[in-house]
Amino acid sequence: MPILTTRLEARSAEFRGNVSAMQGVVADLRSTIARIALGGPESARQKHLARGKLLPRERVNALIDPGSPFLELSQLAAYGMYGDAHPFEVPAASLISGIGRVAGVECLIVANDATVKGGTYYPMSVKKHLRAQEIARENRLPCLYLVDSGGAFLPMQDEVFPDREHFGRIFYNQARLSAAGIPQIAAVLGSCTAGGAYVPAMCDESIIVKEQGTIFLGGPPLVRAATGEVVTAEELGGADVHTRISGVADHFAENDAHALAIARRIVGHLNWRKRPPASVVEPKEPLYPVEELYGVIPNDARKPFDVREVIARIVDGSDFDEFKARYGTTLVCGFARLWGYPLGIVANNGILFSESSLKAAHFVELCAQRGIPLLFLQNITGFMVGRSYENRGIARDGAKMVTAVACANVPKFTVVIGGSFGAGNYGMCGRAYSPRFLWMWPNARISVMGGEQAANVLATVRRDGIEATGGTWSTGEEEAFKARIREQYERQGHPYYASARLWDDGVIDPVDTRRVVGLGLSAALNAEAEATRFGIFRM
Amino acid sequence: MFSKILIANRGEIACRVIRTARRMGVRTVGVYSEADGDARHVRLADEAVCIGGSAACESYLVAERLVDAARRTGAEAVHPGYGFLSENADFAEACAAAGIAFVGPPPGAIRAMGSKAAAKALIEAAGVPLAPGYHGERQDPDYLQDRAEAIGYPVLIKAVAGGGGKGMRLVERSEDFAAALGSCQREALASFKSPDVLIEKYLRRARHIEVQIFADRHGHCVHLFERDCSVQRRHQKVLEEAPAPGMKPAWRAAMGRAAVEAARAVGYVGAGTVEFIASESFLDDGCFYFMEMNTRLQVEHPVTEMITGQDLVEWQLRVACGEPLPLHQDQLGIRGHALESRIYAENPAQDFLPATGCLLHLVPPSESINVRVDTGIEQGDEISPFYDPLIAKLIVWDVDRDAALARMRQALADYRIVGVTTNVEFLSRLVACPAFVNADLDTALIERSRAFLFPERTDPPRSVFYIAAVAGLLEEHAAAAERAVRSGDPWSPWSQHDGWRLNIQSRRTLTYRSGDTRYEVAVAYELDGWRLSLGGESVLARGRVLESGRLAGQLAVELDDRRLVASVIAVTEKQEQKRHVFLDGGNYVIVRDDPLHLVEAGDAHGGGLTAPMPGKVIALLAGVGQHVARGAPLLILEAMKMEHTITAPKDGMVRAFRYAAGEQVADGAELVDFETDG
Repeated sequence: MPILTTRLEARSAEFRGNVSAMQGVVADLRSTIARIALGGPESARQKHLARGKLLPRERVNALIDPGSPFLELSQLAAYGMYGDAHPFEVPAASLISGIGRVAGVECLIVANDATVKGGTYYPMSVKKHLRAQEIARENRLPCLYLVDSGGAFLPMQDEVFPDREHFGRIFYNQARLSAAGIPQIAAVLGSCTAGGAYVPAMCDESIIVKEQGTIFLGGPPLVRAATGEVVTAEELGGADVHTRISGVADHFAENDAHALAIARRIVGHLNWRKRPPASVVEPKEPLYPVEELYGVIPNDARKPFDVREVIARIVDGSDFDEFKARYGTTLVCGFARLWGYPLGIVANNGILFSESSLKAAHFVELCAQRGIPLLFLQNITGFMVGRSYENRGIARDGAKMVTAVACANVPKFTVVIGGSFGAGNYGMCGRAYSPRFLWMWPNARISVMGGEQAANVLATVRRDGIEATGGTWSTGEEEAFKARIREQYERQGHPYYASARLWDDGVIDPVDTRRVVGLGLSAALNAEAEATRFGIFRM
Repeated sequence: MFSKILIANRGEIACRVIRTARRMGVRTVGVYSEADGDARHVRLADEAVCIGGSAACESYLVAERLVDAARRTGAEAVHPGYGFLSENADFAEACAAAGIAFVGPPPGAIRAMGSKAAAKALIEAAGVPLAPGYHGERQDPDYLQDRAEAIGYPVLIKAVAGGGGKGMRLVERSEDFAAALGSCQREALASFKSPDVLIEKYLRRARHIEVQIFADRHGHCVHLFERDCSVQRRHQKVLEEAPAPGMKPAWRAAMGRAAVEAARAVGYVGAGTVEFIASESFLDDGCFYFMEMNTRLQVEHPVTEMITGQDLVEWQLRVACGEPLPLHQDQLGIRGHALESRIYAENPAQDFLPATGCLLHLVPPSESINVRVDTGIEQGDEISPFYDPLIAKLIVWDVDRDAALARMRQALADYRIVGVTTNVEFLSRLVACPAFVNADLDTALIERSRAFLFPERTDPPRSVFYIAAVAGLLEEHAAAAERAVRSGDPWSPWSQHDGWRLNIQSRRTLTYRSGDTRYEVAVAYELDGWRLSLGGESVLARGRVLESGRLAGQLAVELDDRRLVASVIAVTEKQEQKRHVFLDGGNYVIVRDDPLHLVEAGDAHGGGLTAPMPGKVIALLAGVGQHVARGAPLLILEAMKMEHTITAPKDGMVRAFRYAAGEQVADGAELVDFETDG
């Protein structure tokens, strides 16, 4: 078997420097997420607990099989986006989403966090909810909604309500998911007002908690205003009403724990079967310590590194069967196993040339033909530029790669381990190419081009413009201009900025890569493989 | 030798007899009641016959059925064991009439010893000492007082026809005699319709010492030394030993001689036990008195077997088929010391009230040359209310009493029983009790050692909760692994059991209860184990399951740098997830509080204290203020010509009924104010 050998010198000053740099960003990531995981302000949490309710993370912990993993999604959603860009104004966009096993079935879980702005939906909350449903659809994961939300965040209704990918899409998705045979289950653990009422109502099966859960299209104040009728929330749409009279909900629960227990029972009765690929073998840990990933990535983003050192610390037994190793060497392609599942890997090892693009297209075709899922390890500054490359048609070869990646119907996974710039992002299965999951390492950067190049390009254009009208532009002014551009790119290219806007599914610690991709890969196997039909490859 | 015998008994003694019979090549016939169809003695016997209903009076006490079973199966002899018909002369006669040997004394000897007064007369005639007393017919008070003075205070005045502690007075001083006598006679007349009393010397701090005798049909009679059975609760033996501590050879010889004389006096054949009572001065003066003779094999016979190296059941069978005694008196000797603990299903804290239930988990200590377990019960068996709640007899032997005590302590610590309340922990304290350790024995030992034997309940040590948590986590792990294997996706990372979370330290809380106290064990999953925290302290814990099968639940646990072996048995009783933690000789029962599990188990159709449809209340089935168990019927509602019973959703109390019987109620009307317990 082709076992990768390492050339890392773990005792070198360079390695240690890399480690400490990566540890720094990982520590920052963990402390940021720890703060987000707290949820809303202390006072809101205490109030929530005083009502006998569980905090949303406790709900998720109780819902999933004890001790089993939870692959949380979009932890950084809305980070720094609202309330004068306060980083923790709307932690996790007021809802927790992720994949967890319930009664042995991998389920997509969405739990509102009522301690954050009453669990209302900000624009990013909607996007996060929709992304979760998209993951459920693509991977065929039963959906469990733990509802405790005041509905849309009214002050931003224009960004939440009217458009195609807005609030209404949630219920559209529920209908379509149910139609596709993907179970929709809701536990109403708190408010569920107005549009929110449709979450349980649109479900296949729903649970509601006594004296906590309420479902109504218009709450008591609205009813009073509209018709003059004075009614309590419980009379209007409490658990007793909905399970005994209206039939809007199916199961009456005494409390949160009871509701979650019922949800587990419902999933237990789904008769859900997962059919993983025939060729699964017993997994082996990589031969090299996974922590060494910290030392692999150079502290200076411009320094090259051998991506095989990364692969060797992710795949089973560090066993990697490389394809076309001698051709188009700036892209590494090959077969491996991850957690025993077969996997094809496409990894950048430099910029993309025509050869590397052709090799990628070929390899992606192989995987699509054989039904082998694909993992893209992105670290790409872009395609090669310059006359001779353009004249030889690098765009044509790049298009072949993009076509192959876009059309391949095997599950695709992308991890941005370094830069993700320009058209390289497309060829390497960026967000627009609908990988089943896309994660970023905390050292990664994403933008249309690097900050330095952007500054240079824009400065050149600017200088040309100024000089064409006879003006002059001092070096000092140019430097200040470029610094602003660099700062903008650095800020917007940062993984937190990206993750806040759901350009990815989360920022992950490099040492968790094997686990995270493994969980995603395994979850993806809930959906049966589809045949691939490629479009026209420009020859 | 017989080729086949029937054992007219059940439980450990039936198993005990089968063991010897099998070793001797004698086939065995077991008998069983309907309740005992799967009992161990039935499984061990070569064949078995059902002899009737579960109640002993419908089966084990019905002589004809036993004789009939013996006849039908061709058994040549019947071994009666102890209890049931073992001392029933009519049964012995019925066997003889059917041509079946009765493994026991002749009916005449049984009868002679069965009548206490007559037995005493016989015994006195044979020169065996009786406790000083007056059993005569003259009942005038002055005469009785004279007798009492002659016997010497303290004395007991007892109603001749009395029993059960009634009509009995202890008199310490002469001046109190007249009043006590009058009161006793009045009570005797009222209760037993006869004012006649007898007077006995009251022995302070009496010891109960008995002698094992054996006689054959050839005129031989030997004794196999004594047993001390002073330690009793509810007038029943619980801890026996042989030889009696402090016994001097001369007194042993005297007591042995007296026992043999008593046996000879009634023409005894077979195994018998002569019980004596000795006062606190026994160790100085060797003074003892005859109490009674038991004409059967005793429960506690194994301690004699252990110190003499003899098999008394074998002796019984040999004698019963006419062989002479295997050994003469001078060939018998005492070697070492033996103790027997009777493991009962009972609750020592509630005055040793018998307990019933299923033995969900039962692991006795390993048997060896030093440790013997006589039992008729195995894991999964039921302790039913029909019979004696004896689970086993635990017998240990060693070179001297101290060594045997150490063995007993260890063996009791190794006993693991879950499912019924037992006296194992009580016995552990009893054998560690200073009075017993120092052989300061008398029949009131348990009473006077109460403070030591029933200490205040203390909180279990922290490690108990840590171990329970480790066991729970390992159990989850095993369940996840098993599910993974069955899933068709056996190595899925989703089956990992390290509580992994993305970018977040994974934490859980496992809540336990002990008494009224809640214990929250915080679990943080770390790379090299679980960090468990409780009450401001934390340990890094690891563990693995040592064995499955017989020793299920046995774990090797590491708590920081401490390594220990413990067992945790999980049992769900009355919706409580109990965890029996066996650690360091202690058995701690704690309860896991898992809200998800509790409601999962308890919610079925609960909650409905409202009318399911419009109807009429036709009956109230519980009283206001009454405590009821979950599921108890509270009221009946008639609606749509059907009766609906409204039941208690949980254990709790009925505070009020909102409607009286006959009243009409609306759909959804609250019917009962119900207060849930706890």
